[in-house]
Amino acid sequence: MARPVRFNVHPIQADTKDNISLVNMPEGHMGEGFFTTRLSSVVGLARKNSLWPLPFATSCCGIEFMAVMASHYDLARFGAERLAFTPRQCDLLMVMGTIAKKMGPIVKEVYLQMAEPRWVMAVGACASSGGIFDTYSVLQGIDQVVPVDVYVPGCPPRPEAILDGFMRIQDLVGQESVRRRGSEQYKALLNSYGIQ
Amino acid sequence: MALTNETIKDRLTAKFGEQLTHFEEPYGLLTFEAPAALNLKVMQFLFDDEELRFQFLTDLTAVHYPHQQDRELAVVYHLHNLTDNIRLRFKVFTSSAQPDIFTATQLYSSANWMERETYDFFGIHFVGHPNLKRILNVDEMEYFPMRKEFPLEDQTRIDKDDAMFGRGALPAAANVGAVETPRNPAEPTVPASGTPGVKGSEQDWSTETTKQ
Amino acid sequence: MSTEQHIKLPEGSIEKTTTTLNLGPTHPATHGVFQNILELDGERIVSAEQTIGYIHRAFEKLAERRPLYQITTLTDRLNYCSSPINNMGWHLTCEKLLGVKTPKRVDYLRIIIMELSRISDHLICNSVVGVDSGAFTGFLYVMQYRELIYEIYEEVCGSRLTTNMGRIGGFERDFTNTAFEKLEKFLAEYPAVLKEFESLFTRNRIFMERTIGAGPIGAERALNYGFTGPNLRAAGVDYDVRAHQPYSSYEDFEFDIPVGTTGDCYDRFLVRNGEMWQSLRIIEQAYKKVQEFKGAEASVYHADAPEYYLPAKEDVYTKMEALIWHFKIVMGETEIPPGEVYYSVEGGNGELGFYLISDGGRTPYRLHFRRPCFIYYQAYSELTKGAMLSDAVIVMSSLNLIAGEMDA
Repeated sequence: MARPVRFNVHPIQADTKDNISLVNMPEGHMGEGFFTTRLSSVVGLARKNSLWPLPFATSCCGIEFMAVMASHYDLARFGAERLAFTPRQCDLLMVMGTIAKKMGPIVKEVYLQMAEPRWVMAVGACASSGGIFDTYSVLQGIDQVVPVDVYVPGCPPRPEAILDGFMRIQDLVGQESVRRRGSEQYKALLNSYGIQ
Repeated sequence: MALTNETIKDRLTAKFGEQLTHFEEPYGLLTFEAPAALNLKVMQFLFDDEELRFQFLTDLTAVHYPHQQDRELAVVYHLHNLTDNIRLRFKVFTSSAQPDIFTATQLYSSANWMERETYDFFGIHFVGHPNLKRILNVDEMEYFPMRKEFPLEDQTRIDKDDAMFGRGALPAAANVGAVETPRNPAEPTVPASGTPGVKGSEQDWSTETTKQ
Repeated sequence: MSTEQHIKLPEGSIEKTTTTLNLGPTHPATHGVFQNILELDGERIVSAEQTIGYIHRAFEKLAERRPLYQITTLTDRLNYCSSPINNMGWHLTCEKLLGVKTPKRVDYLRIIIMELSRISDHLICNSVVGVDSGAFTGFLYVMQYRELIYEIYEEVCGSRLTTNMGRIGGFERDFTNTAFEKLEKFLAEYPAVLKEFESLFTRNRIFMERTIGAGPIGAERALNYGFTGPNLRAAGVDYDVRAHQPYSSYEDFEFDIPVGTTGDCYDRFLVRNGEMWQSLRIIEQAYKKVQEFKGAEASVYHADAPEYYLPAKEDVYTKMEALIWHFKIVMGETEIPPGEVYYSVEGGNGELGFYLISDGGRTPYRLHFRRPCFIYYQAYSELTKGAMLSDAVIVMSSLNLIAGEMDA
C-alpha cells in the first residue's frame, strides 16, 4: 500500500535532473581492460562508502541522530547501514551529546578499543566544546580526551548538518593516504593525548 | 469535610505544639519549619494519621543560606496527599558545621537517591542512610558544588578565557547573597600547557588511561 | 588450575557463584548513559546496582546564574524527547511566581503543543521498546510522524528538538497558517499510523511473551518509590497532574486516564499507547476551541504583562513605555517578587516539578527540578529481582529513562 509521504503542505518540485551525486571513479589512467589509479584512492573510495559508525549518543543530539537513522534522513544511503555499539567493529566514533567528566575516561576507553583506521566526529556543541554547559562537571569538548576529525556545530544540529558532517568525514576518508596511520605526525598526535 | 491548610496546621500544632514554627502559605502551599531532630517524627505522623495521609514524598532537596549563622543548610521536603489532593512543604535547618539529618529512607523508598543527591550537592549527612555516597558527581570530588561559595565554572579550564566571557575577576555580583571566593579547593591555579592535547592537571586523562 | 596466577582477580571472585555483568554506560540497551552492574546467577538477576551521573550537567547551579527567561533553554534539555512540556512547565512556574494570568487562547495553544510533545515522547518510548525486543519496523514507521511533529514545532518556534518554545506569558509569535495546516494534516493522518503501530505490537505473540510479567510493580510499592506518570498509572494508580491539579486550562477538556493493573512492561506499553489516543483527543478538542475564537481574541498569543513579556519591536522603536519595559526586561531591572513556589506539570515521564526560590534578584536563588526519571530509576533493582537478563533490557527501555532528565 503506497502511502504518500510528503509533509510540506505547499510542496515545491525538487530539481533532481543534474542534482544527484553519484560515486564517480577516481582519477586514473584507463585502457583496454585496465584501470590504474593510486591505491589510496581506491582504498579511500571503498572505505568512505562503507563506514560503520558507532553512535555514542548521550543526550539530545542522540535523538537527532535517531532521526538521521530513520527513514526521513536515512543515513544508510551513505553506506553507514550497519551501526554497532561495539568499538571493536566500527570505524567512526560519532560522539553525540554532552560528555561529563565522569564520562570522559569512558570515551577514551571506547576510542582505544577501536582499530585503526578510526575517525571521530563530534556532533553538537556539547561534544565540540562543552556547549552551553560551562560548568564544573562537563568536559569542555571531547577533544580534551580524544583527537577529533570533524566537528558538527548545532544544538542540536539539524539532521542535514549531521549528514553534512558525515560527508566531510567521507571526504577525509577518501583522501587519506594509506601511510598516514603509521606516520610520525600521527604518532605525535596520539602521544599528545597520551595514547600510545 | 475537605482537608484544608487550616486543619493540617491545627493537627500539627496539636501534636507537636510550639516546636513547629514559621507557618506560611506562599502561593497556597502550607509551609512550616521543624527542628532538625524531629523531621522523621513529623513525616511519620503525617504518613500514619488517618485524616492527614501524606503518603507520597514528592521532593526532597536542600538550600544553602550562607549568611544565617548555624542554620545554613535547609532540607526541604514536599509531601503530597494524593487522595485529598493537598500538598505540603516543610523545612528543617541545620548548620554547615555538622549537617546531620535523619534519613527518610525507612518511610519512603524514593528518599534514597534524593538524599544521595542532596548529600552530593550540599554535604548534608543523612544519618542511617544505607548507601550515602555521591550519585551525580565524580566520586573523587572533594567539595559540595551547590554550596554558594563554589563557582559554576570549572576553574582548571584553559580554553575559555574568563575575560572574554565578561567574567574578569570572579563573578562576585552574579550570585546574590553569596560570597564567592575565587578558589576551587580541588585545584590550585590554572595550569599552563604548551603542547596541544595535553590538558590541565585535573583533566590529565593521559596518565589515567595509559595505565592499562 | 595452576596455583600460579598472573591475573589479579578481585577479592572473593572465585568463591562467588554469581557473574557480574556490567551493562553500560555505553550500551545499545541503555538509551542514554547510565550504568547497571548486574549480579547474575546463570541468567537470573540476583541484584542490580545503578550508577548514574554520566551526563550530570549541573543544571541547578547553572540556573542560579541565569535570569528567568534564560532558564527555558536549560529546561529543554531535561526530557529532551518532549522539550515543549518542560518549557511550558517552567513558564507556568514563573507565571505563578510573578502572578501573570494567561488568556484562554494561549492556554489552548499551549495544550496543543504539550500534547503533541507527549505523543512524540511516548512514540519514542514505545517504538524503542519494540526495537529492544527486536522489532525495528515500528520505530521507522512512527519516526516519520515524529518528523511531522518536528515540522509543527519548527513553524511555531524555529527549532526541532530543543525548542525553547514560548515565553513567560505566552508565545513569542502567533501560530502561522502553515502551522495549523500541518496540525490538520497530522490530525488527519496520524490516527491511521497509530492504529498500524498498535496492530504490530499489542496482540503480537512474541511481544506479549517478552513483556507480560517483566518488571511488575504493585501500586503500594510504586507510590513509595515516588513513581509518577505512565509507570505509576500502569501499576493501577490514576494520578495524573493534568486531572488532579489542572494547569493551563486542562479542566476545559475531556480525556480519560488509561490505567493498568500489574505495572509490568506490557501494561506500561498499553498505558502509553492509550495516552497517545487521549492526547489526540485533547488536541482535536483544543484545535476546535482555538478556531472558535473570533475577532480580536483570535490573534491573542501572549498575556498582557509588559513587565515580563518583551513588547513588540515596532512599539519599542516608537513608544516610550515600550522602550522602558524592553530595557528593564533585558537589563534585568524587572521586579521579581521574592518567594518560593513549587509547581508541577505532567511531563512525558510523570510529575515534573520546579521548586523555585527567588530572593528578588534577577536570577533565582535556588532552582530545583523534581525529575521523575531520577526518582523512579531507583526501583530498577526491585523491578528486576529474579528476572532474566533479557527482561533487564526490556524493563529499562519500558521505564522510559531519559538520561538528561535523570542527571540534570
